[in-house]
Amino acid sequence: MSSESSVAARESENEFTTTHHVYEPHTAGLPPIRSYATELWRRREFAAAASQANLRAANTMTVFGQLWMVLNPLLLAGVYFLLVNILSGGGRGMDFFARLTAGLFTFYFVQGAMTNGAGSVIGGGKLLLNTAFPRLLMPFSAVRTAFFRWLPTVPIYFVFHIWAGNPWKWQMLAAIPFLFLIVIFSMGLAALFGALQVYFRDTSSFLPYLNRIWLYASPVLWQITDLPARMAGVAPILETVNPLFSLLGGYTEALTQGIIPDFKVWVIATIWAVASFTIGSLFFISREREFAVRL
Amino acid sequence: MSSLSGSKKSVPTPGITVRVENLSISYRTTFERVPTFKNAITRFGRGQRAVKEIKALKNVTFDVPDGTFLGIIGSNGAGKSTLMRSIAGILPPNEGRIEVNGRISPLLSLGVGFNANLSGRENITLGGLAAGLSRREVADRAEAVTEFAGIEEFIDAPMRTYSSGMYSRLAFSVAVHMDPDILMIDEALSAGDAAFKTKAAEKMQELRDNARAMFLVSHSMASITQLCNRAIWLHKGQLMMEGEPKEVIDKYNEFLKVGPSAVTLEDL
Ligand SMILES: Nc1ncnc2c1ncn2[C@@H]1O[C@H](COP(=O)(O)OP(=O)(O)O)[C@@H](O)[C@H]1O
Ligand SMILES: [Mg+2]
Repeated sequence: MSSESSVAARESENEFTTTHHVYEPHTAGLPPIRSYATELWRRREFAAAASQANLRAANTMTVFGQLWMVLNPLLLAGVYFLLVNILSGGGRGMDFFARLTAGLFTFYFVQGAMTNGAGSVIGGGKLLLNTAFPRLLMPFSAVRTAFFRWLPTVPIYFVFHIWAGNPWKWQMLAAIPFLFLIVIFSMGLAALFGALQVYFRDTSSFLPYLNRIWLYASPVLWQITDLPARMAGVAPILETVNPLFSLLGGYTEALTQGIIPDFKVWVIATIWAVASFTIGSLFFISREREFAVRL
Repeated sequence: MSSLSGSKKSVPTPGITVRVENLSISYRTTFERVPTFKNAITRFGRGQRAVKEIKALKNVTFDVPDGTFLGIIGSNGAGKSTLMRSIAGILPPNEGRIEVNGRISPLLSLGVGFNANLSGRENITLGGLAAGLSRREVADRAEAVTEFAGIEEFIDAPMRTYSSGMYSRLAFSVAVHMDPDILMIDEALSAGDAAFKTKAAEKMQELRDNARAMFLVSHSMASITQLCNRAIWLHKGQLMMEGEPKEVIDKYNEFLKVGPSAVTLEDL
């Protein structure tokens, strides 16, 4: 017999495995958020370890793996560079290319977080069926994976930054809080799509279309200042409906030009990040008790 | 994660480790082979959902008093694993109520091997971390688990390279190294060679002294008779019988019209 006292001693640190549980049919809704968050935080190591293991299994840690992670977005940047140059009648230089890479690489981070997140719950299979833990760890771990895939593109960007002769200013540091907001935003997306994928297994096949449209609607291939006069009315609309307009726009502006974005951009970006995170994770948490019976 | 949401302010029933009342659980599965965007739209258009409900447990009721070593028998698909999962707080009941007093093995044996591309060690680590152990605890246990399973040479190889015997040795080993109050072993005794079976049986005897209760799912009637002091028989989600292991097994065998054949008894 494990003595009751030894069990009780562990209890405070492990609320999740308390010695008395009653399971009843749950009515839709949320579990106690505070204890959920505590458990989530306590198991953050899992999200890190799962993402590390996945990166290792995908050979991301090898030289060629790293090279591919850089080469793939770089080639895409090259393709878009040519495309935009042809469409706009040429004349775009390294300055544009640097901005393009900054925006595109980070856009692919968001897209990767979303796609990995969508597959995260379904991919958890047996672990979900045989272990009780806060499921939100799965999409969050997917975001970490996407982040570590994005990281090697940072030095590449700086190569083009130098090449284009872009300025080095302390104002560039404003890109960091924007990056942070982008990560928070992506966590919400990953959770949302991770949960949706359980109900509609075709969610992930619909994502590429969404991503394509989203890319075109974001200031990555074009800049707000590029917009022809007859399109000027579109910018304010995109600014409100497209989260990445402010998030990516602010990030690239700070990183490439060393300009601190307008206060309004900060506010909109923050609102989107918080909204996405809150809605995505709450939706996920409200559904997650049902995941095991639907896998 | 029903274990959080499910915890109500209620009083533990004294002397009872697990109480299952009128428990019903259904799985919902999609049967689409190639899920496409196009399919989704047509389904939406017709207002259908391609979801099928599988009733895995139907109105199951039983009590597990402290000190019970419960054998669970029944044919494949009877709902044995489903029952274990629901007691572990993984599957929420559709109907009924489950009361659990004691720490359940936080990682059911089959949680290991969830990702065949990862190594055995990675699987143990991830399962342990998900179950709430610290890196340190997991690392310590991984050593003990590997040693007990006797697969030191393979522990860092991807699990897809494991034989089924190695797989279940690892699964068994994980389950018994989590030192829970309530030990749950789901079909992890069956495979493995003779030497490992003996070792596993010894370990089980030892654990009987430490655990408050034990749940053993096995197709080996000999292990059930040897290790358990109570048994239940599930058939197609229904509780057919509860009682002394010997009685239940006899009825079960009668039901199957096989009789206590040599095969079932010798196979631990
Ligand atoms: N993840 C799942 N999704 C859908 N149906 C499932 C799932 N797991 C089990 N089932 C179904 O539930 C029933 C009981 O399964 P299970 O509890 O695994 O049986 P046992 O462990 O006794 O072999 C079976 O009919 C099986 O097909
Ligand atoms: Mg089973």
